[in-house]
Amino acid sequence: MLELDIKGRAGDFPIEAAFRSEAGVTALFGRSGAGKTSIVDMLAGLRRPEAGRIAVDGEVLFDSEAGIDLPIERRRLGYVFQEARLFPHLTVAGNLSYGQRLVPAGAANADADRVIDLLDLRPLLERRPAGLSGGERQRVAIGRALLAAPRLLLMDEPLANLDAPRRGEILGFVEQLRDDLGIAIVYVSHNMDEIIRLADNMVVISDGRVAAMGSVAEITSRLDLRPLTGRWDAGAVLATEVAEQDPRDGLTRLAFAGGDLWIPRLDLPLGAPLRVRVRARDVALALEPPRAVSVLNVYRGRVVEIGDDDGPQVDVLVDIGSPLWARITRRSQRELDIAPGRQVHAMVKAVAVDRHSLGGRDPGRGYRRR
Amino acid sequence: MLTPLEIEALALSLKVAVWAVVCSLPLGILIAWLLARREFPGKALFDGLVHLPLVLPPVAMGYVLLVLFGRNGQLGAWLHDSLGISLVFSWRGAALAAAVMAFPLLVRAIRLSMEAVDRRLETAARTLGAGPGRVFLTITLPLTAPGILTGVLLAFVRCLGEFGATITFAANVPGETRTIPLALYSALQVPGGEDAAFRLAWLSVALAVAALIASQFLARRIAGRIGI
Repeated sequence: MLELDIKGRAGDFPIEAAFRSEAGVTALFGRSGAGKTSIVDMLAGLRRPEAGRIAVDGEVLFDSEAGIDLPIERRRLGYVFQEARLFPHLTVAGNLSYGQRLVPAGAANADADRVIDLLDLRPLLERRPAGLSGGERQRVAIGRALLAAPRLLLMDEPLANLDAPRRGEILGFVEQLRDDLGIAIVYVSHNMDEIIRLADNMVVISDGRVAAMGSVAEITSRLDLRPLTGRWDAGAVLATEVAEQDPRDGLTRLAFAGGDLWIPRLDLPLGAPLRVRVRARDVALALEPPRAVSVLNVYRGRVVEIGDDDGPQVDVLVDIGSPLWARITRRSQRELDIAPGRQVHAMVKAVAVDRHSLGGRDPGRGYRRR
Repeated sequence: MLTPLEIEALALSLKVAVWAVVCSLPLGILIAWLLARREFPGKALFDGLVHLPLVLPPVAMGYVLLVLFGRNGQLGAWLHDSLGISLVFSWRGAALAAAVMAFPLLVRAIRLSMEAVDRRLETAARTLGAGPGRVFLTITLPLTAPGILTGVLLAFVRCLGEFGATITFAANVPGETRTIPLALYSALQVPGGEDAAFRLAWLSVALAVAALIASQFLARRIAGRIGI
């Protein structure tokens, strides 16, 4: 478990952050320049906070009052940087074993074979970093950090320098680390897609401060955070589990608090938990129960809140048993007289749910090889 | 082929240059690291002091050494009385003079190369559990290897050619401090010595070319090993 409560500065920029994270993936989310990296650097000991306390699994890494400031190498936090930072004079095997040899006696060792197989590094072992692709380098960097047997893995935008296909590939590997190795990860990103796929909890950073924290589903459904979490990609995150497979139509039924959600078939076992983001722009509203429409998913609900946006569109929060966002035009809102308290029917197209909208224990794997 | 006197001068030149470079290399790496990686008060002055032999007339540098390390100099007297080592009139003195004159070249090449080492790699090594000493030995130093090689080569050829400081400080003693340049100078001092001087000049050229070829070969091997 990570406990962090620090004050400091990065250049002229003040940093003030406090949060805790349990096992699993905790995302640090914020725009670039929000201070995410500075916070992680302070956690890892690369940058010194002016005051505060940092502890991991009960061991104090930094405590300004007690005068504790462990040097970087004694904090034992694995750090995966944006650029892989592989050592050019060592082979992949040499890079991987660099930290492995420095694991202090008595500390649990990482299972090297398992990490190497999990990240599919075996074919690369004799190669030099200069000859690797971007995705391969990042995989080696992740393996190198893991073999140092860290208490916590810090990943600072590890996908930022990769192209889209490589991103998906690395995301899949990170999911496996989370699920198979059970290591706690602090994942820094400004990309909602990545966070929804990976993280259970998230901390929203803005101007060097914690603007909000909580579960991913909770944070993404909050209207007041919309300026920080982004508009176009905004939507609600539903916590679902796989309830039924329909092989004839190639569909999968997911059950959640608001009912059922049909989506294109996912190759997952029944009962598998899954987070699904439903984008506000993919949700339509109707006053009457819609008949003879192609939309598979229709929910009855009540309007809770309407965003006060100046543009031609408004975001409407509908309670269908769990929160759901709909983005409609201002004209529709006026003509249908949609206001808080009003009963509506929300429609979600099944095909609007794609693999970028999925996250969870074994998310999106069913779509990966398509 | 070579006359006994030429062989003597050649062997002495190599001995002086090798000792000078080998003994000054650790100090050169340390000072290059200080200049490349540390900030301290008086750094500019220290930098200037390190480069002094490059800008001072070699004879003046030899004179400074004589004042410090001569029999009557403080350091020289101490060396002679406590360790029984005398530098004046000895090949050790020639090696010291050569080392001092070549030192700025050695430090400069290593420092430039060390400044080019990506410090983010050093940080990454520390997050993997390596302390600063280990990071220096396993990351910084191997990645500085090309600069160390360049520095060693420059210093080595500078030592081979060293004349002014050597003759001022260690004098021109056959078999002891008479390296190739001093032998060449001596040959020109006697009537009819042009032939000997000509041969010694060619010997110098051959030696320099051999050193260059050797360094090219090593540079390629190092580049291959550190993957640049």
